[in-house]
Amino acid sequence: MTSIFSLAFKSFRNRKVSVGLTVVSIALSVTLLLGVERIRSEAQTSFTNTISGTDLIVGARTSPLQLLLSSVFGLSDATNNIQWESYEALSKHPGVDWSIPISLGDTHAGYRVLGTNGAYFDHFRYGPKQALQMQAGGWFASEEGAVLGAEVAEQLGHQVGSNIVVAHGSGDVSFVTHDAHPFHVEGILVRTGTPVDRTVFVSLAGIDAIHAEMDPADEQGHDPLNAHAVSGPHHADEPKVITAFYIGLKSRSAALSVQRMVNEYKGEPLSAILPAVALQELWGIVGMVEKALLTVSGFVVLVGLSGMLVAIMTGLNERRREMAILRSVGARPLHVFSLIVGEAGVVTLIGITAGIAMLYGLLIATQPLIASRLGLFLGMTGLSGYEFILMGIVCVAGFVIGIIPGYRIYMYSLADGMTIRV
Amino acid sequence: MVACFQTAAPGKALRPAETRLDEQVRAVDISGLRFSWSVSSVPVLDIDSLQVDKGRRVFIEGPSGSGKSTLLALLAGIVKPRYGRITVLGQALDEMHGPARDRFRADHMGIIFQMFNLVPYLTVVENVTLPCRFSHRRRVKAMRSAGSVEAEARRLLTHLNLDHTDLLSRPVTELSVGQQQRVAAARALMGAPEIIIADEPTSSLDAAHRKDFIELLFEECRREDTTLVFVSHDTSLAPMFNRTLRLTQINRADSAAAGKRRPS
Repeated sequence: MTSIFSLAFKSFRNRKVSVGLTVVSIALSVTLLLGVERIRSEAQTSFTNTISGTDLIVGARTSPLQLLLSSVFGLSDATNNIQWESYEALSKHPGVDWSIPISLGDTHAGYRVLGTNGAYFDHFRYGPKQALQMQAGGWFASEEGAVLGAEVAEQLGHQVGSNIVVAHGSGDVSFVTHDAHPFHVEGILVRTGTPVDRTVFVSLAGIDAIHAEMDPADEQGHDPLNAHAVSGPHHADEPKVITAFYIGLKSRSAALSVQRMVNEYKGEPLSAILPAVALQELWGIVGMVEKALLTVSGFVVLVGLSGMLVAIMTGLNERRREMAILRSVGARPLHVFSLIVGEAGVVTLIGITAGIAMLYGLLIATQPLIASRLGLFLGMTGLSGYEFILMGIVCVAGFVIGIIPGYRIYMYSLADGMTIRV
Repeated sequence: MVACFQTAAPGKALRPAETRLDEQVRAVDISGLRFSWSVSSVPVLDIDSLQVDKGRRVFIEGPSGSGKSTLLALLAGIVKPRYGRITVLGQALDEMHGPARDRFRADHMGIIFQMFNLVPYLTVVENVTLPCRFSHRRRVKAMRSAGSVEAEARRLLTHLNLDHTDLLSRPVTELSVGQQQRVAAARALMGAPEIIIADEPTSSLDAAHRKDFIELLFEECRREDTTLVFVSHDTSLAPMFNRTLRLTQINRADSAAAGKRRPS
């Protein structure tokens, strides 16, 4: 075994350039495959962890996807608002640990404005149960205070102390601006890689205040009659309506029963969704693109391996002479066969190793950039089980491809014997 | 996978059967041999009887197409006869299966070709020690002779007048044809196999080098009492040998048929 492999190794050294090029092409394709897989799985993890630790999201009755898109991604407008009383009633349920009220519908320079309270900063989690952190200032304390997501602050050049103006509606250009009620930036959040980065946080009272002044222009759910119709004591920091609220339960196992309770709530038609489940569903749609990418890079690996096949096949005729010499000193046809198959296998293995090395080199080099630009944190973790399987497939494919020239030289060596063909 | 590399396994090569390789046993003993490349085609070789005693240097002469290469392939155990018996060193090659014949060749035979004898990516010494990669027996013999396989290779190369250090470090492709043939001879002699088969080893050399080469080869064969089977169409070399065989006389197969042995 060792004798044949040391021969194969010396044969490589003799063909440094062509073997080197083959290794490089396989390494590049392996890097691409693993890179795409890394980004794919990281994107999925990051996507499905856009919101974590929240057990239920409650909004006006609508489809789960619609509620998820509006309440988490701010991608579509909520169809209806829910009454503050409903929120109060449901959040006092004994199974509820905490709740975050959110109010949507306004924008600042195209970024969505989210009205909430201190509970958001205290309880909102993303990724692997990570809490929000401030990069400057603190969470808003006053009615006019605002906190900016990292991207908002960066793109618009706002700093703590800046004044911002909120527009009604979610379009980029809105004719209705709440100029009379500017907000002061009190804090800027650290980048999360989630929609939080593209959000302006203000107090619920602040949202209410701007709409109170603009009531005549406001037709979307902020019905003044409604406000008057509501009876009972009303604190200044309590709005009349909100868009949705997040719920954290004391016990996760209660999620389904609380969900049923919300769906059957008598006060008004409400929907509750399990964000983890809804996110998985949404990924099923979004993830198709990444699967296609992975398939394409799989084919690139196949092209790399075909390159190796071509390189070995073209060199085969020249090597018939070498094989006849080896036969004459006692090599069996099987030795000759394993020399070629072994060569294909070793080239593939070196290619894979180099590819993995390149992947980590690339990760080290681009990690900060990817983290800051895409919000994807590509960890320097070892190969995952799935990546090992992928590499195993590539390796086996390399050996299998080697069987083609191997069989050919095997037949040659049987036919040629020791005859040296020139 | 492992099974096919058994040649290197210690103890395997020195089987009890080989102790019978005493002086009485002939180096080559062929009887009733008939060979054709396929069942239906006409035989290219039909030899009633051919014996070569141990330690002899035999010259087999024949024009191209007379079945020389076929006879050598049979002697080396690359192919099997369809009929008849071919015994080398007392072992019936016709009874052995392929891998056993390959191992037998590795252990007991040294082969020199007409040209392109050397593996281009190996150094001179690596080319010479190549048989020791496939034969444990020859490796042991070489080590016994000079202490190490490499030392034995250098000893043989020195005997064949290839002892310049700069020569040994040069790529084999840069050697002259005469030098390449001498490296090939050293390889064939490595580990003292009982039989050397040389297939037109001098046809690419000029007259002066030809004689030198054969004399050096003889000297080494004499030292180890090696049997030499030397095939050539060049009859001028015949007087240097103990015995000359004319293939056209011993091969009863139709030479016209022999010429057509590989239908195109």
